[in-house]
Amino acid sequence: MTTPRFLGIHARPGKLLGWALAALPFLLALGLYLWASDIRHRDNPNDKLLPTPAQMVDAAGRMAFEQDRRTGTYPMARDTISSLKRLLTGVALAASAGLLLGLNMGLFPGMGATLSPFVTFLSMIPPLAILPILFISFGVDELAKVMLIFIGLFPLIARDMQLAVRKLPGEQITKALTLGASQLELAYRIVLPQILPRLIETVRLSLGAAWLFLIAAEAIAADDGLGYRIFLVRRYLAMDIILPYVLWITLIGYLMDLALRYSLQWAFPWYGGNDDE
Amino acid sequence: MTASLDNGLIVEDVYKAYGSKVVLDNLDLRVRNGEFCTLVGPSGCGKSTLLRLILGEEQPSAGRIILNGETLGPPNARRGIVFQRYSLFPHLSVIDNVSLGLRLGGRPGSERIPARESRAEAMQYLERMRLAEHAGKYPHQLSGGMQQRVAIAQSLIMKPEILLMDEPFGALDPDTREDMQLFLLELWEQKQMTLFFVTHDLEEAAFLGTRILVLSQYYTDDRGNGDGVNRGAKIVADHQLPRSPFGTGVKFSPEFGDLIAQIREEGFNPAYLQHARDFNLKHPDAFQTLTELELRG
Repeated sequence: MTTPRFLGIHARPGKLLGWALAALPFLLALGLYLWASDIRHRDNPNDKLLPTPAQMVDAAGRMAFEQDRRTGTYPMARDTISSLKRLLTGVALAASAGLLLGLNMGLFPGMGATLSPFVTFLSMIPPLAILPILFISFGVDELAKVMLIFIGLFPLIARDMQLAVRKLPGEQITKALTLGASQLELAYRIVLPQILPRLIETVRLSLGAAWLFLIAAEAIAADDGLGYRIFLVRRYLAMDIILPYVLWITLIGYLMDLALRYSLQWAFPWYGGNDDE
Repeated sequence: MTASLDNGLIVEDVYKAYGSKVVLDNLDLRVRNGEFCTLVGPSGCGKSTLLRLILGEEQPSAGRIILNGETLGPPNARRGIVFQRYSLFPHLSVIDNVSLGLRLGGRPGSERIPARESRAEAMQYLERMRLAEHAGKYPHQLSGGMQQRVAIAQSLIMKPEILLMDEPFGALDPDTREDMQLFLLELWEQKQMTLFFVTHDLEEAAFLGTRILVLSQYYTDDRGNGDGVNRGAKIVADHQLPRSPFGTGVKFSPEFGDLIAQIREEGFNPAYLQHARDFNLKHPDAFQTLTELELRG
């Protein structure tokens, strides 16, 4: 019997077919869009809902390469830099706080007993529901947006880090103590380095939520940012700007994910090695 | 009664119970420094519990455990441990695993050792373990036997007063296991260290040890066998062994086979219930104090 190429659990698509299969849904979606856009434009050459690729390239080019006459900046670059600043600050703060909190909650039973129920409770609050509170207490500037991302992410990261600590074999803790480790050394020299790769994985998974919080905050109160621009031009039904912006955000998110994945392999070559024991 | 041995390990009147289940029942034990002491017993008899008590991971419900004159508390650098698995830190290279103890607290009572010296010393240990060429690798890149040798080096570099081993070769294939047994004997001969080695493999215990302890719940005493009697394990036999000559040939000698058969009867046969006063405790360091309930008149 030959190995099937596509059907069933024994299928081995191979490299070339694998690429082709991966490209297929993308091409289908693109084709569907072009077809629908074409139909609408035949009907009404001024259609704004489904712009043609040429219109989008034109609009995106204007956003990217033409100076804003009022501010003298390039809108797309300015939006991107502002958004990334907020996103990275929020994620970095949430990751550091989550790491430290989760490490201590997981390793020291007293800290766990004190903080674990509270953090679990916090993680159940829908961050968008408290967005008005954040704008009132932190103002409509950068701080409120960063805080939304922080509050949305850190309880999750802390809980995940706590689980990662508890999953370490108890033998390791004992072994470290027999090697003369103090409790602080145990926490920061034995446990911390071992949960760092898991932190990177958790951050990778949280990036989608971070973008959601960022766009939501920018949509409500901002004067630049990718989310701000999308919600601004929405008033003019400028789909020729919105769609390239969405693709741009997706590309940035994808590249961030890729960068984190490679940094994981590069910085922690030992990680995952235990699985094949 | 207080044991009349100043140095070494003393376990005296130790009980360990989890809820209403008694695991270790009025246990007495003395191990002299330099002894290679092996501990066997049926599964679930409390071998690992006794090891965890000596290690300090758990505290006895009653009784005391003394090492070289000082009562033992939570795990520290006085005791070394090699587990069956997870003894090594996966995020550190082999050399960093071995030198870790020197870089953390350092040996008890010694000055902190500079990084270069601790590395050089770790390298010496690796050479003795015949692992020098693997110094830069991570633990997961080594075979099971090599990992255990690294784990032994990692413990020995601290010069612990006693090295505890909990089924250290239990996860290895038979050939590697025999290599490791010979390797450990050689190491013990060189360093004259105190070893407390727990295994479920009788042959391994009899081959390696200078003394073999049999821990078992299969015995009786004057408490009778009524409903209220909740008996835990005791040391039911304590054999002094001739120092094994190098080579595994001894495993096929008739004396070796007889000893194994005897231990199997003493400790592993649920139908063979010796009275506590008749235990085979002829080893010069053996002692046992029975309560009045256990031994009436």
